[in-house]
Amino acid sequence: MSGTPLKQALKGLMAGAALAAFGVGAAGQASAEETFKIGVVTFLSGQAAESFGVPAWDGGRLLIEKLNAGEVPAPYDTVGFGGMKIEAIPIDEAGGATKQVQEFRNLVQREQVDAVVGYVSSGDCLAVAPVADELKALTILYDCGTPRIFEDGQYEYAFRTAAHATMDNVSIARYLQARGVEIDSIAGLNQDYAWGHDSWRDFTASMGQLYPDADVVAELFPAFGAGQYGTEISALMRERADVVHSSNWGGDLQSFILQSMPRGLFQRSQVVFSAGDHVIPALGNNFPEGVILGARGAYGLMSPDTPLNNWWFETYQERYGVIPVQAPYRMAQALLGLKSAIEKAMAANGGARPTTDEIRMAMKGHEWEAPGGLIQMKLGNGHQAIQPTAIGTTAKDSDGNITVVDIERFAAECVNPPAGQNSVDWINAGFPGAQCE
Amino acid sequence: MYDVLTILVDGVVYASWLFIVALGLTLIFGVLRILNIAHGSMYAIGAYAAVTLAPLAPALGLPPVFSLLAMLIAALAVAIVLAPLMERGLLRLFYGRDEVLILLITYAVFLILEDVSKLIWGVNPYYLFEPRNLFGTVEIGDLFYVGYDLMLIALAAVCGLAVWLGLNKTKVGKIVLAVIHNPDVSACMGVNIARIYLLAFFVGVFLAALAGAFTAPLISVQPGISVSVIILSFAVVIIGGLGSIPGAAIGAVVVGIVRAAAVYELPEAEIFIVYLVMAIVLVFRPEGLFQRTQARKI
Amino acid sequence: MHASTRRTYLSGLILAAALLVVGFLLPAWLLFTVTKAIGYGLVALGIITLMRGGLVSFGQGLVYCIGAYAAGLLATRIGVTEAPLLLLVGMVASGLVGLLVGPLIARYRGIFFAMLTVALSMVLYGILVKMNAIGGSDGFTLPEPTFFGWQPDVGTSDLALYVTAVIVACAAATACRLYYDSMAGMMALAVRENELRVEYLGSSVFNVTVRNFAIAAALGGLGGSLNAMALGHIDPLFSFWTTSGEFVFISVLAGHLSVGAVFVSALILELVRSFSNRYFPETWQMIIGIFLIATIIFLPGGVGSLFQRVLKRGPAAGRGESAENEGRAAP
Repeated sequence: MSGTPLKQALKGLMAGAALAAFGVGAAGQASAEETFKIGVVTFLSGQAAESFGVPAWDGGRLLIEKLNAGEVPAPYDTVGFGGMKIEAIPIDEAGGATKQVQEFRNLVQREQVDAVVGYVSSGDCLAVAPVADELKALTILYDCGTPRIFEDGQYEYAFRTAAHATMDNVSIARYLQARGVEIDSIAGLNQDYAWGHDSWRDFTASMGQLYPDADVVAELFPAFGAGQYGTEISALMRERADVVHSSNWGGDLQSFILQSMPRGLFQRSQVVFSAGDHVIPALGNNFPEGVILGARGAYGLMSPDTPLNNWWFETYQERYGVIPVQAPYRMAQALLGLKSAIEKAMAANGGARPTTDEIRMAMKGHEWEAPGGLIQMKLGNGHQAIQPTAIGTTAKDSDGNITVVDIERFAAECVNPPAGQNSVDWINAGFPGAQCE
Repeated sequence: MYDVLTILVDGVVYASWLFIVALGLTLIFGVLRILNIAHGSMYAIGAYAAVTLAPLAPALGLPPVFSLLAMLIAALAVAIVLAPLMERGLLRLFYGRDEVLILLITYAVFLILEDVSKLIWGVNPYYLFEPRNLFGTVEIGDLFYVGYDLMLIALAAVCGLAVWLGLNKTKVGKIVLAVIHNPDVSACMGVNIARIYLLAFFVGVFLAALAGAFTAPLISVQPGISVSVIILSFAVVIIGGLGSIPGAAIGAVVVGIVRAAAVYELPEAEIFIVYLVMAIVLVFRPEGLFQRTQARKI
Repeated sequence: MHASTRRTYLSGLILAAALLVVGFLLPAWLLFTVTKAIGYGLVALGIITLMRGGLVSFGQGLVYCIGAYAAGLLATRIGVTEAPLLLLVGMVASGLVGLLVGPLIARYRGIFFAMLTVALSMVLYGILVKMNAIGGSDGFTLPEPTFFGWQPDVGTSDLALYVTAVIVACAAATACRLYYDSMAGMMALAVRENELRVEYLGSSVFNVTVRNFAIAAALGGLGGSLNAMALGHIDPLFSFWTTSGEFVFISVLAGHLSVGAVFVSALILELVRSFSNRYFPETWQMIIGIFLIATIIFLPGGVGSLFQRVLKRGPAAGRGESAENEGRAAP
């Protein structure tokens, strides 16, 4: 809970009083009273709240607090964004793209935010990106999956600081090959909306390249939020496919696991979840063993051993009592990207508060270190990030706790299309230009 | 051949919980003439109550069967708290107004309960593992089914039978039928209409919460589970005929089997086949499969 | 021209002129909110038209969505970006659907009518989600509209759309008022009171219902194409039942006494939603729910009844409908 507006106002007052009393302020940088106002849009209600929205906002809130206190390890140890305190306005993403366009306009035009960071749903990203350009409002799309945003369109003020969903499924296929899994048949259960269809398309296309002899024996698309998969599980069990792929997330994924586990699906087939890491904290030791899963990046249990990541993992775990999964990681890499771009722009203009256009130009083609690895804005004319990723297999450790083992890391250029290439064409052409070590 | 058997079993398992929800919905509509959108919220809150209460049984050292009892108590508790609050506290104010206006009121209640349950239980998912292990697994064809899922079919049958017997074989039930037929005349005969309304609404909410409580072990209980239930249970009662108990049963089985068949034979259509069936039924039998046509008022 | 007709025209014109002037004073965010509210209000105006005949459609998302997609496909596939043309196409497409669907569902009443419309809108939703060629569940983006060949720059395009919306809204409201006050429009009230008597008197309930349904559909399509242009993005959620629920809410909040009230209540809903979202991001749905119940309890005649109370038989509101007010209590 973010607290009532009254509480927030009080907090603001108190922070202001503290600043005034102690004369705190990073000297030599943009003045300390200055704030950088961002709108943070993510799911606070509905199906995506539990798995993405709330952990992302938890992570965002925590990171903003630490940034404002200057407690983040180098190179992010300056206060706020280049000395400006960060002030965040959370907005609920639930309610569809129509509502989001309206709330986006309200954030920019009424609340006068300096940037908007948000959007989990691909539909919302697609809807908001053109409005960002229209209003000339700096917009960081921090999560959504679809490659369409910068492949079908071109935007100047919208940036996506995380790789799109093609990476998730290409890397799963590469993992299967790297581990030498023998596959003659594949089946899929994906949610019946763009995310599910795109994921399945990318996965089958990648498998077509790496396993040209494998047959697709079942492709199921239960409705989003269906909750009951008895029939689908029967169909999957009957086919006895070598690999069962699912890009389900959140409640749909949890319900699918709960219902298929006692029926023996995980014994009959090798199950792969392209975005399944975020249900591990929820299901805990009831999560099945031997499942291959991705996290949409090198996140959580598959995150790299770097000082920045170790700080982030521990700080999050200490505050919230659970491990950070993909959503907080993606929020953190968006905020850190924004921070480094702002500071880059300030370095270029002599330390003055940068304009939106200065930040935008700094962000274009930018590179920065995030907990999940190096983020590079290489696609979509410098507006779409690529990043390294990791895939692993679940297992029980010696204490009987579920963990991820056999982790394979993939370089960003190995599992993301090169600049100017359409993802599907890239896969179907046999991944030309992919650099895998 | 296996196909038909699997479709039947899967369809009927799916139909079982849907029937319990729809039974409550149709009962409330039959007696109070209210189509309750908040019915889905009652289902969700029933599930939440179950995941809160059921773990108490093993915690108190009771055998696991008691968690089933705890789930029953949870559903009862939801009905005891919410039914009088909603019927006496709110809906009563709108009796005699337009049906669609009351529909809108229940929509408002749905919005409110969605956030209230979030305030109480947060957004993190809850699970209930133990009850599902109670009945083992059953092998049908070359597939394994969880005994608990099949038990739900029995539960649905018991609920249906109990409501039917309660309505047709008890004195209170006959009074309820009289109120359904004509509330004004019943009132003149000395029936306490308010009490009958509350009773029917109570039973309806209890059934929704019961379905939620007993579905809880199958699903991840978290915000948003009410939405798909609402529209599905509406489709069931519309197909079967609003206010008809056998109609709800047939409607649930039709929806369950059509959906299961679609998964096997026509996966592209799964997302809208239920609404399509509903629209077709309405076009040919506007009052549903099991509703007698009513005399027009002059 | 009849005196009351002239008065209706005049009040429509005055209102349009006043709103156009106001448009130049509004801050940008409010300008957009009003435009969107007008889109919603147009759909709700259609529901009001049906409500006068005793019917409520809980599935107006169907025609709203068809209008939006018709305009959107025309703009993206054929490249027509002319706003008036897109509005016309949206309206005609939905109107035609209304004429097709109307006869099928005109026999139904009450909750059955409401649920049948829901079923149809959900079938459309399901189909659109499946159609990956036009974006599936993610929908697609529309190009910026042009106005008679003129492509407004960024700052003025909101204003241009607002002006278009105001003109369309005032024209639609005036036309509806004229229709409601006409003999054909009055029939709807008679149908609501007693269908059988209307039939005995030699009129066709079926025709009245189909006509009203087609008008409601055309208005829905108009609102859909307007909002498609204003939002710049459309998706299948336009046809989802919760969207339709909002339209019904707006119509009930407005009441059927005044054609202007729908736009006011649409704006009220937008503002309540937006501000509760801003200040109570975690409980905004609850606030909307409470607001909804409160308005139904404390404002049973809708916003329109407030108009009447304030204006005391004002120009556009309430003529010849005072009897309707008492008639409301009857089921």
